[in-house]
Amino acid sequence: MALLEVDDLHVSFKTTDGIVQAVRGVSFQVDAGQTLGIVGESGSGKSVSTQTIMGLTRGAQITGRAMFEGSKDLLTLPLPEMRKIRGAEIGMIFQDPLSSLHPYYKVGWQIVEMIRQHDKDMSKKQARARAVELLKLVGIPQADRRVDDYPHQFSGGMRQRAMIAMAMSLNPKLLIADEPTTALDVTVQAQVLAVIKTLQEEFGTAVILITHDLGVVADVAENVQVMYAGAVMEKADLRTTFFANHHPYTEGLLLSLPAYGGERERLRPIHGQPPSLISLPPGCPFAPRCDYVMDRCRTETPPLASVGNDATHLSACWLPHDVAARNELRRKVTGEPLPAQAEA
Amino acid sequence: MNAETTATAPEPAAGDDVLLRIENLVKYFPVQSSSLFRRDREFVHAVDGVSLEVRRGQTLGLVGETGCGKSTLARCVLRLFNLTSGRITFDGKDISKLKPRQMRPFRREMQMIFQDPYGSLNPRRRVGSIIGDPFAIHKTATGQERKRKVQEVMELVGLNPEHFNRFPAEFSGGQRQRIGVARALAFRPKLIVCDEPVSALDVSIQAQIINLLADLQKELGLTYIFIAHDLSVVRHVSNTVAVMYLGKVTELAPVDDLWARPRHPYTDALLSAVPVPDPDKAGQRERIILAGDVPSPISPPSGCRFHPRCPKAAPTCVEKDPVLEPRLGDEANHLAACHFPVEDGEDISKARPTISAEDRVIESGLLGSA
Repeated sequence: MALLEVDDLHVSFKTTDGIVQAVRGVSFQVDAGQTLGIVGESGSGKSVSTQTIMGLTRGAQITGRAMFEGSKDLLTLPLPEMRKIRGAEIGMIFQDPLSSLHPYYKVGWQIVEMIRQHDKDMSKKQARARAVELLKLVGIPQADRRVDDYPHQFSGGMRQRAMIAMAMSLNPKLLIADEPTTALDVTVQAQVLAVIKTLQEEFGTAVILITHDLGVVADVAENVQVMYAGAVMEKADLRTTFFANHHPYTEGLLLSLPAYGGERERLRPIHGQPPSLISLPPGCPFAPRCDYVMDRCRTETPPLASVGNDATHLSACWLPHDVAARNELRRKVTGEPLPAQAEA
Repeated sequence: MNAETTATAPEPAAGDDVLLRIENLVKYFPVQSSSLFRRDREFVHAVDGVSLEVRRGQTLGLVGETGCGKSTLARCVLRLFNLTSGRITFDGKDISKLKPRQMRPFRREMQMIFQDPYGSLNPRRRVGSIIGDPFAIHKTATGQERKRKVQEVMELVGLNPEHFNRFPAEFSGGQRQRIGVARALAFRPKLIVCDEPVSALDVSIQAQIINLLADLQKELGLTYIFIAHDLSVVRHVSNTVAVMYLGKVTELAPVDDLWARPRHPYTDALLSAVPVPDPDKAGQRERIILAGDVPSPISPPSGCRFHPRCPKAAPTCVEKDPVLEPRLGDEANHLAACHFPVEDGEDISKARPTISAEDRVIESGLLGSA
């Protein structure tokens, strides 16, 4: 049984300009102890879908199901029930650690409140001891003293660690990390990713990692889901995503990275802009920017189907699933020999 | 495309291919003293004795963590800040002490592209008038002529010249950054400072802007100072890279040299911390995870400023500030400021500092054992 199973999730917002279809039929599942990386550009719906699961998208029209531990549908759960799950069973870390901590309260107090909210039997003293222990765990020096600091006395990396400490305080089964390292320097990013990885190994927490950084994904994730314009484009394990991907968007994302373009060569960007989510074109949302576009792509939306016989590799694209035929097309379009990795 | 030179542009010094020379540049910012009764003022040592050269048509990359002084350095070069001390020579002329009025002709020669394509464009003004600002300020073109020039530069950066009358809100992030580039290019400057020009953009759009900057450099012979925290981007665009830490340059080298043979332990750690988008390499790489955070620039550590976090720190590092010079028989253009430079093939993740505990950043918790 999957820990979290999201089925055909649709989220839309009414705005003065029209209805924004932020998420259009997203399904995924996370097993206990597993790390799922969700990759996509701004507006791809990666944050909205997880925020909806946590009940944080107010005023949105939501359809679909999000089953937690097989029995509880997070989308229809009454608020008091939801509150018991939020924080205790599912922890969440946001991108900006400064605005997720309350500036008026001491860091330790905020962790204590979080613990006592869910565990009424714990005394203040015990909760405080637990807060110190957690801060030590995420590598805050002199945790017994820093526990009485205010958020502004912490550096960016320390704040994010405090957020992780808070999210992990009740030993959740699932941790949702929404761009946890985007606001941090690479050296601090490495520290924070190491903390997340170690905590996961220690406690067997499942992690959903939302990021736009494919380097972070390669480092942490086991499975990857690539999103574009509110829909899943491709879903596969880590190696398949990087070395044997099927969808042209995944390929485009990887090729546009400086590390993949080789040294001193011209980068290969994806041309054009992402579509507006208010008036999406018919057919495949990526068709206007796709190098492989065919007539069919502009009229029929490709379903998310397994590539060849591999049930774990799904792609929403009309291109042939046969690897040889796909590579032949790739050669024609890119006009260059295959990247060595693709053949692996 | 017309290569127009403006009337009062400073004459280039003949036979010198160094466009910009920074000598011993120092910039301190005063801060409110923490103690009520303390009379002596405290200073943030934002840039503390930096010397660099940028050659014509080349790109100097500046990297370092938040607060290392890279943006302050760039703004000092453009004289957006007055210098505390030091000298800046641009195109053979000393500009470090010029008054704002005297700086004016130089302003056409040096421009800046900012990080945030949303914050750097006035939302209430039309794109044409934003890009036309340089012409208006320097009173070089009016009316139809200004419009023609603006549309010319819009075309140059890949914007549709017919969108002249639109507002910034009607453009996407990538297009807005093109507007920022167009504005910087209006006078065909010699030097452009790019302060995190692609950090706010999505990956696929990032590549578009990087290619645009590369094309423009080739076409117009531009010189860039390129600041970015994304080291793979810096590696892609730069000829030379300067690594900064707490207001000082710790290492300066040609880009390939720096990646192949980082001499300063900080450079080594910084490069190893970059996540590589390749699952195979990500697994086997030896990561050097630095302890703690950058210390306060108000009272920087003694000796080598990196010593509290350095895995190779020794007593000498606490006492003596290392000189920026070629180490371990490197070429004259590869400089590092370190008493114990990293040797070829050395793995500093296994090194342990030999200095007393109070000089180090305290390590505890999971990371200490990891």
